[in-house]
Amino acid sequence: MTKLLLADLAKHASRAPARGPNWVRISMDTGGIAAGADEVCALLEKEAGTLGFPLAVQRVGSLGLSFADPLIEVAREGMPTVVYGRVDEAAARRLLKDHLIGRRLLDDHILASRTRSVALDGPTTCLLVKDTSADSGDKTQFFQFSLLEELKHRGLQDKVQVVRALDMGVYDKGVAVQFLPSRVTYVNVLAADIARIVDTTLRGKKIIDNLLYRVPDKQVRIVLRNCGKFDPENFQDCLDHGVYQGLARVLGGLSPEAVIAEMKTSGLRGRGGAGFPTWLKWQLTREVARTPKYIICNGDEGDPGAYMDRSVLEGDPHSVLEGLIIAAHAIGASRGYFYIRAEYPLAVSRVERAIADAHAAGLLGDNILGSGFSFDAKVRLGAGAFVCGEETALIASIEGKRGSPSPRPPYPSERGLFGQPTAINNVETLAAVPEILLRGGAWYAQYGTEESRGTKVFAVTGKVRQPQLVEVPLGITLRDIVFELCGGVFGGKTIKAVQTGGPSGGMIPEHLLDTRVSYESLQELGSIMGSGGMIVMDQDDSMVEVSRFYLRFCVDESCGKCAPCRIGGYQMLQILNRLSRGRAEPGDLERVRAISKAMQKASLCGLGQTAPNPVLSALRYFEPEFKAYVEGGVTYARKMSQARPAESAPAAAPATA
Amino acid sequence: MVATAIPPSAPPAVTATINGMPVTVPAGTTILEAARQVQVKIPTLCKNDDLLPTAACGLCIVQIAGQGRMQRACCTPVVEGMAITTHSGELTEIRRTVLELILSNHPNGCLTCGRNGTCELQALAADFGIRVESIKRTVADLKPDTSNGSIILDFTKCVKCGRCVQVCQELQDVWALSFLDRGISTRMAPAGDITLAESPCVKCGQCANHCPTGAIVENDETAAVWDALHNPAKHCVVQIAPSVRVAIGEAFGLPPGTDLTGKLYTALRRLGFKAVFDTNFSADLTIMEEASEFVERFVHQRGQLPLITSCCPSWTDFMEKVHYDFIDNFSTAKSPQQMLGVLAKTYYPKRLGLDPAKIYVASIMPCTAKKYELERTHEMYASGYIDVDVALTTRELARLIKQSGIDFLNLPEGQADSILGDYSGAGMLFGVTGGVMEAALRTAHFFITGRNLEKLEFESVRGLQGVKEAEVTINGSTIRVAVAHGLANVESVLEEVRAARRAGGETPIHFIEVMACPGGCIGGGGQPYGVNGNVRAKRAASVYQHDRDRRLRFSHENPEVKRLYDEFLERPLGPKAHELLHTRYTARPLYKR
Repeated sequence: MTKLLLADLAKHASRAPARGPNWVRISMDTGGIAAGADEVCALLEKEAGTLGFPLAVQRVGSLGLSFADPLIEVAREGMPTVVYGRVDEAAARRLLKDHLIGRRLLDDHILASRTRSVALDGPTTCLLVKDTSADSGDKTQFFQFSLLEELKHRGLQDKVQVVRALDMGVYDKGVAVQFLPSRVTYVNVLAADIARIVDTTLRGKKIIDNLLYRVPDKQVRIVLRNCGKFDPENFQDCLDHGVYQGLARVLGGLSPEAVIAEMKTSGLRGRGGAGFPTWLKWQLTREVARTPKYIICNGDEGDPGAYMDRSVLEGDPHSVLEGLIIAAHAIGASRGYFYIRAEYPLAVSRVERAIADAHAAGLLGDNILGSGFSFDAKVRLGAGAFVCGEETALIASIEGKRGSPSPRPPYPSERGLFGQPTAINNVETLAAVPEILLRGGAWYAQYGTEESRGTKVFAVTGKVRQPQLVEVPLGITLRDIVFELCGGVFGGKTIKAVQTGGPSGGMIPEHLLDTRVSYESLQELGSIMGSGGMIVMDQDDSMVEVSRFYLRFCVDESCGKCAPCRIGGYQMLQILNRLSRGRAEPGDLERVRAISKAMQKASLCGLGQTAPNPVLSALRYFEPEFKAYVEGGVTYARKMSQARPAESAPAAAPATA
Repeated sequence: MVATAIPPSAPPAVTATINGMPVTVPAGTTILEAARQVQVKIPTLCKNDDLLPTAACGLCIVQIAGQGRMQRACCTPVVEGMAITTHSGELTEIRRTVLELILSNHPNGCLTCGRNGTCELQALAADFGIRVESIKRTVADLKPDTSNGSIILDFTKCVKCGRCVQVCQELQDVWALSFLDRGISTRMAPAGDITLAESPCVKCGQCANHCPTGAIVENDETAAVWDALHNPAKHCVVQIAPSVRVAIGEAFGLPPGTDLTGKLYTALRRLGFKAVFDTNFSADLTIMEEASEFVERFVHQRGQLPLITSCCPSWTDFMEKVHYDFIDNFSTAKSPQQMLGVLAKTYYPKRLGLDPAKIYVASIMPCTAKKYELERTHEMYASGYIDVDVALTTRELARLIKQSGIDFLNLPEGQADSILGDYSGAGMLFGVTGGVMEAALRTAHFFITGRNLEKLEFESVRGLQGVKEAEVTINGSTIRVAVAHGLANVESVLEEVRAARRAGGETPIHFIEVMACPGGCIGGGGQPYGVNGNVRAKRAASVYQHDRDRRLRFSHENPEVKRLYDEFLERPLGPKAHELLHTRYTARPLYKR
C-alpha cells in the first residue's frame, strides 16, 4: 500500500467503519480458540453466503468474558446487537437459523450488556431474564414463562421476545430483567412485579424506580477499548476505528517534552507491576545523550493465571505498536523490540502482522507519516523463563545471552540493550498511551486514586463464578471486583482470600477485601499489584498448599544467579514440603522467616526479593494453618484449614516489606 | 563559586558518610571501594578486584539512609550525601542467613579440599562464627571434571559467584566456561555440557586463580614428584621459572614481590633434587633462537612478519584454535621450560656421564598450562624421552615445601647449578609482560648492529595496560612492536595486522609478544591466590629490580649459553638447535568431539 501521511490519518478519524447492518464478530483470541471458536468461525464463514442477505463475519479480539468463550457478537438489521457466549457448533447452527434468519434470539447464550441504561429509548423488542441469586433453585424459567404469559395476555407476544440470558452482569440481585435495545435493567424482580413491568414499562414506557438497577458499570475500558471491536489483522479496519490517531496527534506537533508532560499529567505508572512512573522512565532515557536508543515492549507475561497482556496483544496489537512508536518519539529511540514469550504464538503472529502492515503504510520505517521521525520495530521471542520479565534479564535475553539479571545501577535508561539507553514498558502501559495522548493526560487522571491513576486490567480467575478480564479504575475495592463484577465464589462457597500479584504477591484475606486497590495499599497488606493476576480462593484452599505452589513456581523459575534466591527459595520449599507432610522440625517457621528476610533484602532482582511474599502473607494472615501442621500433623491441619477463618488482627502482624 | 582543586578531566568528588565517618571519593566509586578508605571491610564472596561486579552472592548489602531497599556495596556507586551503614544487627543477621544458605549448598569437606586454608568461603564462615548447620545441607551429586590434565572442576564446591565465567569470557575471551541450567540446579560447566578437555579451554588457570573456593583447582601432582624423589633409581633435577621466585613468598605470608631466589635454590636442593637449574638460563637460550629468527625475518626477509612469541602455552593453544591464520608468524623456538627439559636429558647427562633414561625433570612454573605443554606435540620428546616429566605450579611447590618440614623463610641463600643455571637479567624479564620483547630487542640489537644498547630499559613495553605498542629504531630501520597480555587483548592487535593484510599493505607491526595471563607470568594461573593489579605491579617491580641487580643484562652474553653453543648446539637456528629447540604448530578444532 502507499505510505500514509498525517493528512491521510486525519481522514480516518472521521470515517465511520464501512460495514453492513448484518455482521457477526467472533472473539478469536487464544482462549476463544481453545474453547472452539475456530470451528464456529469456519461454520459461520461457510454458511454466510447461504443466508440470502450479506453477512460480514469478523474475527476480533476477546471481549474479556472468558467464562463464556467462544464469544460471538451478532448484529442483525432491526434487532438489538447482542453478545452470545458458549457458542459451540450446535449453538452456532441455531444462531444461523433462529437469530439470523428467523430473527429470534437464542435462549441461554446471551450475555447482557454491562453498560446499563437508566432511560428507555425507543420501543423494547426483547427482555433478557435471569435469576442471578443462586446456582440451584433457579427461577429463570418460571419468570420467562410468566412474562410470556403476561405478554400474551396483553397481546404483545409478537412484539417482545423473552429470552433467558446466560449472564446478566449483575450477581446476587434476585431475578434480573434487561430491556433491549435500551439496556435498562431491573433487579430483584418478584413474581408480583411481572404485571407491573409489562403494564408500566412495556406499555406505558415508564421506568419502575424501585426495580431499576442504577449502579453504573464499574469497568472503564481504556486499555481494552478496542478488544473485540474489530479485526486486529485488518489494517484498514484498525485505521477506521481510530487506531494511530494518538500517534497522528503526537507527530502532528507534540514535542517529545510535551508528550512526556502529558504522560506526567496522566499519572500513568508501569503496569508490569512495579508501578514506576512511565513519564519519568521516558524522561530519564531521554536525558541520556548517547544514541542509538531503544524502546522495548515487555510482553513476557508469566504470572500463573494472568493473561491480560496476551489478550491485548492478540486483540489490539496496533494500539500497542502505536504506544511503542509514541514512546520511541518521546525518548528519541530509533529501534524497538517486542519481547513476547514464545508460548504466545498467536500474539506473536498478530504483532508481526501489525508491524508488517504498519511498515507498508509508512507508520514504521523512515520518515513516519512524513513527520521526519524514523523508527523501526521487530519481535524477539522469549523462551518462557519467568525471570526474563525482569528488565535486565530481558535485555540479556534479547542480546542473545543467558537471561540473568544484572545489578542496577546502571539502569537500562543509562546502559540498557547493547549498552545503549533503553526504556522498557509493559504491554498494558503502552496500550494506554495512545488514548492518553489523544484525550489528554487530565482525562486519564480522572480515574483512579491520587497516587495510582487510571485503570488496570485484572485477570480474575480461581474459584470465582465468572472468570474474566476486567478493566477497572484503580481505587475500586477487591470485593467489588470479585463479587460485583465477577459474581463471587464458585459453587456457593465462602471466600477465603484473594491472591494478587502472582508469585510475587500475597494472599489478601476476606476481611481485607474492602481495601481499595492501588500500588501502595496492596503493598501495605504484604502483597503487590503485580501485572494483574487475581486468583480467588475459597474455604477449601489450604494456605500452606497455596503458598507452597507459588514458592515452587519461583524456585523453578529462579535463574540461579544470586545465592539468596537460588538457595533460599529451594531451602524454604524443602521446609514447607516437610511441614506439609507433617514432618516439621522445631524452629522451622522461624527458619522460614529468616530465609524470607534474607531473600527479600539480599536477592539481586525482583523475583527473589518478592518470592517469599506468598509465604509471608500466608503466615501473616493464616499462621494457625501452618502451626496446625507443626503441632497436630497433616490430618488435623487439613481440618483446621477449612474451619478457621483468617486472623482478624492484621495490624498486630509484623510488616513484611 | 569557589574554584575547586580538582582538574577538569577527573570525575568530580562526592562526599558521603560510611558508618558516620565522612569519606570523599571520585564520583563512580562503589561503596565497597569507598569503605576501604575508612578501614571498613564489607564481606563479599563474588566480587574480585580484577572483575566487574556480578552482584551474585548478596553478602555485601548495606543500608542507605532514606532507602527502603538494601543495596549491594559492590555495584552501587557512592552518591553525594549518602549516609551508608555497612554493619548493623539487621545486616549481620541477613548476611549470616545468606552465608548459612550458601553453606547449606556446599559439601563442607574442608579438610580434604584443595583450598583448605585459602578458601574465601571458609574464611567467611570462620569470621561469622558459624558453628552449626542450621539449614539442611543439599548438594548436587556431580562428579568432578578431571578430563583436563591442568585444571580440575569440582562442581559441587562451586558457589556460583561467576568469577571463572567472567574470567574465561571477558578477561580471556576463551568462552570455555559458562553457567548451565537454572535455579538450584544452576552449575558452572563448559558450555554445551561437554568436558573441559573437549571445550575451547586453553588451560591458563585464571579461573582457578580467581575461584574463591575449591571448585576450580590445579591438577595437584606433588605426589608424583614425591614418588620420583623417593625413587633411588631416578636422578631428579628441577628448573624454576622466573616469576615463581617473586610470588612464592605470598604463600608463606610475605608481602607480594619478595624475591626469594636464593632460598628457593636451597629449598629445592633440600627436597632432594640432584641439580637445580634455572629456567632463566633457557630463557636466555630462547632469546638467542628467537632474536635470530627475528633477524632472519626482519633483516634478511626470510619468513613472515610479524614474528609472534610462543613461549606461553595457553597462547599457543589459543592461537592454534582461534588465530591459526597466524601459524606461520609464530616463533618456532620452544618455550624456556621445554628447552631446559631437552637439555637436561641430553647435554646435562652427556656432560656428567649420566643415563638420560634415569633423569627426572620437574619444573616449577607459575602456570597450569605448562602441565599441558609437556605433551603438546611430539617435539616435546626431542630428547628421546619426555623432556619434562612434571610441571608444578608455584602453589604446588609451596605445598611441597610445607610437607617437607623445611623452614623456608629461614633458609640460607643457595646457588643454582653452574651448568644450565647462570642467567642474564634479560632472561629474568620473561616473567613479566613485555619482558620477552625487551630481552629479544636487547639481543636483536646486538645481532643487527654488533653493539650493545646503551639504554637497556624499554619503558614503553612495561606496565600493566592491556596492549602496549612501541617503535624501536635499530640501524636506521624502525621496528614496530606490540605487547598484549590477557587473551582478550590479543584480538585488536591481530586485527590490525589482518586489516593490513587484507589491504595488501605492509605489516603495521613487526614483532608481537603475547602472554595469556594479565601481567604475564607474574599473574599466572598457578601463582598464589589473591592477585590483583596492585599485587601484579609489586611482583613486576621485583622482576625489574632483579634484572637491574644482575651483572649480566644480555642473553647473548650469558657465558653458559655461549658454552652450550660451542660444545653442543653449534649455532642458533643450526640443525642441532632445530632438532632440539624448535617446534611446530597446527590448526586445531575449537571443540573436540
